Amino acid sequence: MNKSILILKREYLTRVKKKSFIIMTLLVPVFMAALTVLPTYLAMMDDKEERTIAVYDPTALILNKLESNEFTKFHYIPEQEFQELRKAFKSEKYYALLHIPTNILTTNRAEMISDKQITFDIKNLVTNRIENIIEGEKRKQVIDETGVPDLEKKLSATKTDISVETIKMGDKGEAVKSSTEIAMAIGYAAGFLIYMFVFIYGTMVMRGVMEEKSSRIVEVIISSVKPFQLLFGKIVGIGLVGLTQIAIWIILGTAITTGLAAFVGGGSAETAAQAQNIMSTQGIDQMASAAPAKENMTLEIIHLIGNLNIPLIVSSLFFYFICGFILYASFMGAIGSAVDSDEDAQQLMMPVMMPLIFSIIILFAVAKNPEGPLAFWASIIPLTSPVIMMVRIPFGVPAWQIILSMVILLGTILGSIWMAGKIYRTGILMYGKKVNLKEIVKWLFYKN
Amino acid sequence: MPVTFAEEKTPIAKFTTLFIMEIFQANNIVKEYAGHMALSSVSITVKEASIFGLLGPNGAGKTTLIRIINQITAPDSGELFFEGRPLKAEDIYQIGYLPEERGLYKKMKVGEQALYLAQLKGMSKKDALKSLKYWFEKFEIQAWWGKKVEELSKGMAQKVQFITTVIHQPKLLIFDEPFSGFDPINTNLMKNEILELKKQGTTIIFSTHNMASVEEICDHIALINQSKKVLDGQIDQVREKFKTNTFEVTYRGEISGLHQHQLGNHFNILEHDESSQLKEMKIKLLNVQSNNELIKILMNQIEIVSFKELIPSMNDVFIHVVEQNNLEIKQ
Repeated sequence: MNKSILILKREYLTRVKKKSFIIMTLLVPVFMAALTVLPTYLAMMDDKEERTIAVYDPTALILNKLESNEFTKFHYIPEQEFQELRKAFKSEKYYALLHIPTNILTTNRAEMISDKQITFDIKNLVTNRIENIIEGEKRKQVIDETGVPDLEKKLSATKTDISVETIKMGDKGEAVKSSTEIAMAIGYAAGFLIYMFVFIYGTMVMRGVMEEKSSRIVEVIISSVKPFQLLFGKIVGIGLVGLTQIAIWIILGTAITTGLAAFVGGGSAETAAQAQNIMSTQGIDQMASAAPAKENMTLEIIHLIGNLNIPLIVSSLFFYFICGFILYASFMGAIGSAVDSDEDAQQLMMPVMMPLIFSIIILFAVAKNPEGPLAFWASIIPLTSPVIMMVRIPFGVPAWQIILSMVILLGTILGSIWMAGKIYRTGILMYGKKVNLKEIVKWLFYKN
Repeated sequence: MPVTFAEEKTPIAKFTTLFIMEIFQANNIVKEYAGHMALSSVSITVKEASIFGLLGPNGAGKTTLIRIINQITAPDSGELFFEGRPLKAEDIYQIGYLPEERGLYKKMKVGEQALYLAQLKGMSKKDALKSLKYWFEKFEIQAWWGKKVEELSKGMAQKVQFITTVIHQPKLLIFDEPFSGFDPINTNLMKNEILELKKQGTTIIFSTHNMASVEEICDHIALINQSKKVLDGQIDQVREKFKTNTFEVTYRGEISGLHQHQLGNHFNILEHDESSQLKEMKIKLLNVQSNNELIKILMNQIEIVSFKELIPSMNDVFIHVVEQNNLEIKQ
């Protein structure tokens, strides 16, 4: 056991100290964070150019109602100046000229003139504001005409927003708000993470065994420790390398994302406040608009995630993570011991990796129908269960199914470790012989 | 049939053998691989502080026997003793093994690797560092400590490997072709190290195809052919046993007078060279007669300059025994 720890330490440290490992481990979270945050950030980067827009409003409908904001100012001009600008827009002072026609209430049209292409944001801003003012004006006229008291309030009250909530009934009949989308997203992410981890680190175990075999150091080492101790130390050591990498990814990823989000979010809160400010002064509240809604959605998502059985998901993620890895790593270690060349390794790897690849292929089908027979069987059969059960768990799986799946997986691991130990012992000292599966099966029954 | 020599024990010799312990003993070891017999009832006894040559053609079963001693594989049947008691799993810490096909982790640094291998052999980190320092200084290779193994030449890596084999001061060392890959200077260095280790009381099992080095350093040999032990004994006794009673005589004078009738049926002249002043011939003694009798006959005819009995080299013994044995197996 003592020797296994020594081996484990070497396997772990030599890999963790590698430049490629350090670079991968540090760069991936930065890259991922950049990928998620950057688009939002870029979208948030408003242009900070100050612009003044000349407004000519013979209707006096919007006169002095167009609020300037930090960067976009409105300046009301008399008719004479308008005529000049209209003829040939050439101005150092103004970015554009906004003309409110006298018949705006019937035509719903206004025009904005500039010598430049007017930006999308400015067009939106102006359109929104005029729309609000005109709508308010029309509404006021209607209200005045009908003379019903408090009509304004009553009309506002008719605004409705329907959302269908999915509710999952718990065992004790308590209603738990759930979200199919979130369950799916978490299921995919967990399943895919396990797949990646098992594939990358399982292959690493195989390479490690092959390295020892081809460099011939294995004979020296197994004259000091039992072959099984060597294989065991290697599998656990490499598994810990994987867990280290993922832990660093999670910590760094969260830190970077929150850091960037705080940076970007600070800006967005400001704009949201501004927008609200503007709207309250306008006396228009039905527009209670985009930014606060987004905030609500985030809260809602956090709330919904909170409703998921997080401890179960996390603990089963770890369980399937570790067990799935050990299962495939022991196969891969056995293969590594049996072959002399990369080509032979590829050939033997294919049948072993098939179930893992198969589980990725059926991932979407399972997420769509997590209670179907395909999902059920694939989450019980140990070769596919690490990936598939993790896809199902966020949707809620009966306890007996999880327990059955875990027990079968554990039993299979014991079998696979035993088998790998047998094959490994014979394989590492076998040189210059092209082996096939039949030959390997024979090794299982060798005495020593 | 294995040829074993019962040592004639004088009372004094008997007395000393009490103190020369048998450090390792294998009795009737049988190992079969999927229909292929690797060892059939092989027994060897290795005395403490001696060098034991394990000889045999390729594929005879030497490596299998070595792996059994190292507990890398287990025999199908047979008994193994270490220091007079049955071999235990912990005994591997008392054994150092340098396999024929050797290698180190290419990407690992020399010092780290040597330390790791020493720790695997049960040494504490502190002891291992101390001991490594001693050996690295002895071989003047301190500068390699921080280098990766892939940066070393083959001979350099072999030296590192030698150190990692002996670092834990094992009681029993097993060297499989220890001199392959070394230049003559380093071969000599290694040979001296091995002899030095023997002087310090380490027992060495030495497997090689280089018969000259066997003659030079081995005390005792066992020859394995086609999974069976065919020869076993002290090296001088083995050579003595296979002597062909051939003599090389350098002389002055004429042997023309020395006719067959004089030599009778007892002697046979094999070669005769009269080209130079000092003439040479090889004479074979046919039936058991003493050397002195031959000399007596020769003295009457010629002036003897030198008279030397030809003892076969280990190379001759090896070839003779293996070919003879292969012939017997065929029939």
